[in-house]
Amino acid sequence: MAKFECPDCAYIYDENKGAAHEGYPAGTLWAKIPEDFPCPDCFVTEKPDFIAIADDK
Amino acid sequence: MANKFEPNMLATARANSPADNSTWLTSKKYCYALSLVVLLLPLLSAYFAVTNNQGLWLWLPFIFIYAGITLLDKVFGDDESNPSEAMVEEIKNQAYYKIILFIAVPLLWLSVIVLAYVITHYEWSWFSFLGAALSAGIMAATGVNLGHELGHKVNDNAQQLAAQLALALSGYGHFVIEHNKGHHKDVATPEDPASSRMGESIYKFAQREIPGAFRRARALEAARLQRLGKSPWSVHNEIIQTALITLTAYVLLIAFFGPLMIPFLAIVAAYGYWALSSANYIEHYGLLRQKEASGRYERCKPQHSWNSNHKVSNLFLLHLQRHSDHHAHPTRAYQVLRDYNNVPKLHAGYPWMYILALFPNIWFSIMDPKIADWAQGDMHKVNMDPQAKDDRFRRYHRIAQ
Repeated sequence: MAKFECPDCAYIYDENKGAAHEGYPAGTLWAKIPEDFPCPDCFVTEKPDFIAIADDK
Repeated sequence: MANKFEPNMLATARANSPADNSTWLTSKKYCYALSLVVLLLPLLSAYFAVTNNQGLWLWLPFIFIYAGITLLDKVFGDDESNPSEAMVEEIKNQAYYKIILFIAVPLLWLSVIVLAYVITHYEWSWFSFLGAALSAGIMAATGVNLGHELGHKVNDNAQQLAAQLALALSGYGHFVIEHNKGHHKDVATPEDPASSRMGESIYKFAQREIPGAFRRARALEAARLQRLGKSPWSVHNEIIQTALITLTAYVLLIAFFGPLMIPFLAIVAAYGYWALSSANYIEHYGLLRQKEASGRYERCKPQHSWNSNHKVSNLFLLHLQRHSDHHAHPTRAYQVLRDYNNVPKLHAGYPWMYILALFPNIWFSIMDPKIADWAQGDMHKVNMDPQAKDDRFRRYHRIAQ
């Protein structure tokens, strides 16, 4: 399972956890997240801005 | 020309050497607590009104916010200090700053309840009644500002609840969703109902903003609930949750204090709405994000917000006026927001700018030349009201077609 980091606020989308409050349950793959998905913490960045990070971070 | 915007320079947070302004930065911590005193002004004004049998006292909080803070801004001037990186690390998560907000929220409600009690248990003229209702409206407006700060802390349930309680005072329960997910995403684009356009008066703006903000919040929350497989007409809907708090509180106030509460609460809520419209109107007037080759708008940058760096109004408004840093980093807590060099600057604090915005001709004469400067004379780079377009191009466009 992969992780993706918001370059603005350091929020991490972890496929293991999903973004439950926003309606993306644990296990939702990044590929299934829509392109206009905003960072659920800062809402400044969107999916294309996110950076893939190493799994152990 | 310290205030003039230089479009070719990169906007940066101003760095201070640690020794600079250290006394002020330390005392600032306690000044935030001092600003809570403003929330007690309605209690003081109610006390003076009753003991002196003089209803004009009920105007005191309302007048203080506009005249008092503006005068204090003139006396104390700009806040040159920014916290150092070390200080940011030290204070960004300190409970003290959060506790101030948690104290402020019940104080707002207490002040409104005391004003409600005083106007219904003593005889006053309609003019004094209006003063009391507007002073209570100031509390609703402060509630929106507090709800704004608290509502950004999306991972802290206590702050989210406090935001709902603060916003319930004016019945603006859809604010957190609308602001975080709507306004921050679309800011400084024509698509944003909460970003004003060049040549748009505040009256025209509010008619676009108030319904537009509500529709956007409703759609965003419905989409979230749909992903969760829940009905939009349920208690899971955060807009409905806050609306229920408002409804309960308003019904109780009417039940306890009688029908006079109906016009009183109407003024309180309307004032909260108007204060938010005023803030939205001045915060991004005319500023526009450009579209990239991909068709997406560039990300929001510091040059897409109007700032004011006055000490006193910033203390009272929790650094809302350091708006560039807020939009660049919306999850930053108020106590660590920084002033930037080379960003669009208003010449006064927000309270005074709200008053100027009431007079469109004065507003346009001050702000339109600033927008033209900001866009380097290229009116295609401005968020423009379509009806004002021809006129503003004729007056300000300086780039050959």
